[in-house]
Amino acid sequence: MSPIVRILAKRLGTSLLVLAGVSMLIFAIARIIPGDPARIALGPNATAEQVANLRAALHLDESIPVQYGYFLKDLSQGDLGVSLYTNRPVTQDIAQFLPATLELVLVAGLLMVVAGLPLGILSARFRGGVTDNIIRMISLLGVSAPSFVWAVILMLIFAFYLPLFPIAGRISDVYAIAPVTGFLLVDTLIAGNFAAFADASWHIMLPAVALALSGIGQAARLTRANMIETYDRPYIEMARSYGFSERRIANRYAFKPSLIPSLTIIGLDFAAMLGNAFLVEAIFAWPGLSRYGVAVILRKDLNAIVGTVLVISATFLIANIIVDLLIAFINPRIRLSRRAS
Amino acid sequence: MKRTLAILLANPLSLLGVVLVALVVLSAIFADVIAPFPEHRGAVVDFANFNKPPQWPYIMGTDLVGRDIFSRILYAYRISLVLGVVVLAIAVPIGVAIGLVAGYVGGWTEYALMRITDIFLSIPPLVLAMSIMGVLEPTLTNGMLAVTAMWWPWYARLVYNITRAEREEGYVLAAEVIGASPTHVMFREILPNCVPAIVTKMTLDLGFVILIASSLSFLGLGVQPPTPDLGSMVADGAKYLPDSWWLTVFPGLAILVAVFGFNLIGDALRDILGADQ
Repeated sequence: MSPIVRILAKRLGTSLLVLAGVSMLIFAIARIIPGDPARIALGPNATAEQVANLRAALHLDESIPVQYGYFLKDLSQGDLGVSLYTNRPVTQDIAQFLPATLELVLVAGLLMVVAGLPLGILSARFRGGVTDNIIRMISLLGVSAPSFVWAVILMLIFAFYLPLFPIAGRISDVYAIAPVTGFLLVDTLIAGNFAAFADASWHIMLPAVALALSGIGQAARLTRANMIETYDRPYIEMARSYGFSERRIANRYAFKPSLIPSLTIIGLDFAAMLGNAFLVEAIFAWPGLSRYGVAVILRKDLNAIVGTVLVISATFLIANIIVDLLIAFINPRIRLSRRAS
Repeated sequence: MKRTLAILLANPLSLLGVVLVALVVLSAIFADVIAPFPEHRGAVVDFANFNKPPQWPYIMGTDLVGRDIFSRILYAYRISLVLGVVVLAIAVPIGVAIGLVAGYVGGWTEYALMRITDIFLSIPPLVLAMSIMGVLEPTLTNGMLAVTAMWWPWYARLVYNITRAEREEGYVLAAEVIGASPTHVMFREILPNCVPAIVTKMTLDLGFVILIASSLSFLGLGVQPPTPDLGSMVADGAKYLPDSWWLTVFPGLAILVAVFGFNLIGDALRDILGADQ
């Protein structure tokens, strides 16, 4: 068995365990709610009998472990229960709102990699110089404000004062795109509508940048720190004595070992972005999971809260498995090893 | 300590950090003296002066019920700082103790403690705090609780990693050989070696706790009106962009200034104490 398959199997196993733990934790949190969810759902005019019926239907009168058992049984059939807020199956709600959020987070993640890593490399290559100081200031500023503050600032500058980007939404109303995947950037391409694709890309830019800024700063800072450590190694000295250009030394030799810790941080930042997307979505009126998530939390909609948190955590775990596999693939010590460490 | 301070003040960037943090802390402490309208921290209504752009005496403008934004920012700083200190004062000891025990004792204890830590770490931080706030009533105390619940695992991880490395060191073995109790080894021998890393992380985190708390209240899940809070000020003002830009821009910049200051100091501390993780 190749080491990569072994790592995949091991990570899938622990991820399932962690996910079970997350579900128990969030289930427990959601059940110690003060107030009766059935009463909240039915409103003040419902009769005691109606409330009792709903309580029975939701298994609210059972003990918490028993309730958890019912929850697992339903979950194994892909059923997360019915949202008391929308009166629809939670899975259906999430399927409707999740793609917009995921699309935003994925584009932001991409920005984080294509902007954060090169900035870190440049910073390390010109360490101590003007470029380095400017990049360090920018990255530190990036991590120093919550994404909703960046969203407000970017929106004011690049959508109001310089009307370069649209103010809100995912796509202009003129385009009617049949939802296939829910990802507009993919659906517009499937429909072969390149004008709509350009329009959707235009809409996602500002929210994605606002969401990515802190991750970009984080990735740049970490890459710089690790590369500067690598620069002290003898093999860099050797590359230099061969007369390789500073650019080649930076991009090829000094960068490679620092890629692994940077990828780990990018995986963690991805998790932060899934949460921060809530903040950016609110500013840019992005029709994602945010409004739904906040609404169900404020209404103490148990099934929907548990479902939303579970789906977000699962997404995060999947992203981390992908990052781990990437690291295993990049690191020859893991890729070529006979025994899994 | 003296040396650290001297280095902090010598570097222009960390000096800027010290100045910014000093400004934030002083304005929080002396809010009553500095604020031109101290009574505007509460539920005051002044419809004669509502939604005014920055002008004397309202240097940052007024909000939709006529309260001075500058005064409210000063009081919001006070609450943010108290929140940050309280959260860290609870989260750090819990995380440190769990990390020490897991790292030193090992075996099943280690496995159980670290898997629990992993579970907390695999819920995106803001989402965890949001779900806790959803269950509890949105008050300042519960906000602190929610942020604490998401914060301790990072310290558990940090201290766990250091402890695992230190466990094999000669001085630990020496202490064990002369019969020191596990408690003594953990808290008197290993813990002092974790302190630089913990202090550095705490400085950086004070900024991030303020940031996360403002995010919670931005979503309406934190400090409730009329208590001034930077996050909810941004959220309330966002509906009136771009015309009433001062409603959001000044509170937003206030968050940026405070967090930036703590980050500058934390960065410099990390370089000085060499506690790079």
